Amino acid sequence: MSDRLPGFSTLAVHAGAQPDPTTGARATPIYQTTSFVFNDADHAASLFGLQAFGNIYTRIGNPTNAVLEERVAALEGGTAALAVASGHAAQVVVLQQLLQPGDEFIAARKLYGGSINQFTHAFKSFGWNVVWADPDDIASFERAVTPRTKAIFIESIANPGGSITDIEAISTVARKAGVPLIVDNTLASPYLIRPIDHGADIVVHSLTKFLGGHGNSLGGIIVDAGTFDWSTGGKYPMLSEPRPEYHGIRLQETFGNFAFAIACRVLGLRDLGPALSPFNAFMILTGIETLPLRMQKHCDNAKAVAEFLAGHPAVASVSYAGLASDKYNQLARKYAPKGAGAVFTFGLKGGYDAGVSLVSKLQLFSHLANVGDTRSLVIHPASTTHSQLDDAAKVKSGAGPDVVRLSIGIEDKEDLIADLEQALGA
Amino acid sequence: MSNFVNKKRRHMNHDAYPDNYIRAILNSVKSIAMVGASPVNVRPSYFAFKYLAQRGYDMIPVNPGHVGKELLGKPFIASLSDIGRPIDMIDIFRNSSHIMPVVEEALTLDPLPKVIWMQLGGRDDAAALKAESVGIKVVMNRCPKIEYGRLSSEISWMGVNSRTLSSKRAPAPTQGMRLSLNRMSVGGGDTAASDRAAKNKTEQS
Repeated sequence: MSDRLPGFSTLAVHAGAQPDPTTGARATPIYQTTSFVFNDADHAASLFGLQAFGNIYTRIGNPTNAVLEERVAALEGGTAALAVASGHAAQVVVLQQLLQPGDEFIAARKLYGGSINQFTHAFKSFGWNVVWADPDDIASFERAVTPRTKAIFIESIANPGGSITDIEAISTVARKAGVPLIVDNTLASPYLIRPIDHGADIVVHSLTKFLGGHGNSLGGIIVDAGTFDWSTGGKYPMLSEPRPEYHGIRLQETFGNFAFAIACRVLGLRDLGPALSPFNAFMILTGIETLPLRMQKHCDNAKAVAEFLAGHPAVASVSYAGLASDKYNQLARKYAPKGAGAVFTFGLKGGYDAGVSLVSKLQLFSHLANVGDTRSLVIHPASTTHSQLDDAAKVKSGAGPDVVRLSIGIEDKEDLIADLEQALGA
Repeated sequence: MSNFVNKKRRHMNHDAYPDNYIRAILNSVKSIAMVGASPVNVRPSYFAFKYLAQRGYDMIPVNPGHVGKELLGKPFIASLSDIGRPIDMIDIFRNSSHIMPVVEEALTLDPLPKVIWMQLGGRDDAAALKAESVGIKVVMNRCPKIEYGRLSSEISWMGVNSRTLSSKRAPAPTQGMRLSLNRMSVGGGDTAASDRAAKNKTEQS
């Protein structure tokens, strides 16, 4: 019995999975069932009371989903994880554990447009107030802290411009403020960046993107780093106070350094309901097995395409942190030495019309609202993902009218460059 | 690679235990006296008592406030000295400031217990030192239920990172069955957060 530390690729294939005890099936079975039989009344009561480990109902937990959860927790270096229906669901469930109506959270201004909408509008109706800060100006996070601040939220690699966030600097602000740092690691995946190593307390993902990787299944996940002490000062009553939902259990006291993941499951997922289908969990698990191979190819292709675009006369600018000349290149070298991701933007000299023309002429790139697919994707954020923002907010979030976003796939890079060349040139 | 208490350096690093240290304890002890066991079924001690009993350990509830009553069919005992038979492990469900007297009482037992375990949130380095100096293995700020569930991977049902891997087919678990803890460990454990929690702890029943 050795305590050897397996590598990332080994964990990507094995963590959380083992041959099925009943059948010996080596691939993780899809437990497509709503519910699970109890041994007897006492067993049922133990499970409902959180006294025993086991399955009750797929809205609360499912064996296929559990394999996915443990695998992502292992890849991120967390203590536990909870899979949910989408990345957006992950964000709702996380903040429900942390914020009471009237509380605030600080969020980096450079985020996926859907998150900006969710934070600005949907969360406002819950009484959760977002305060924006600029990830390029760490002091703006410090200035935003108030006694009602309960969390800080950033993206490791920010959508759409592919900028790299200084996670350690912002984690210092969070520690000083006594609040957890939540990092959306969707665009990096743990293959490129492990935010917990840099001070994140909670990591969230849209599994729909690089982790699943094949553009076929929605999913989201929450990873508990096990690093935050929830017990101080009654600031996080969902974790520190007796829960009436469970006859007075205190979750931190009972579950220690994975209490946050348990809170997300038994207070968030159970009561809000955004459960992940076990079929989707299976598809995403299969995707994760090849994450290291795919992610390296995504990054290598992205760098080649970004270099091509940077030298093209029709292109005004390329925002890719993997380019030596990029503003974020130093941060990319520090946080993502294997590659700066595969989602980035570029500006066209011909502005909005040139963007529309390019999208219509591309033959391999698909025009759609997703990233992190095996296929290369293109979108014009100003008219789609970021269209609900006003013009000033579009520019601030890196989605001005002349900007085109690419998500580079794992095709042959020569074919991607040829496609862009014909679409830009003609 | 074994990382048991080193013969030259008798004392464990209590910030992070090698899985083999925990595994050897849980594989070898049979009887466990739980000091501070609670009959209230939402208390962590009740959870742990019930689980360990179901996994086949000979559990003895110790709590002077409940003598005359039973916990899951086992009569409450007033103190360690009243147990009247050898015990392998003492699991202390008391907060850090109440640990030393329990350890001092444990050191008067004959034979001595092999292991003294302090629950999640419980840590007293001076008490640990006393116990280790007479050859008792000490675990602090951990839960034996969680560790058993983790090393057997049973806790994986809750999305917890067991930090173990196995390509072997395990038997389908049934009630009351001992589970194999001999999976490959993925390495170390970080208790920084729970250590902070222990320091800040003011209440634990």
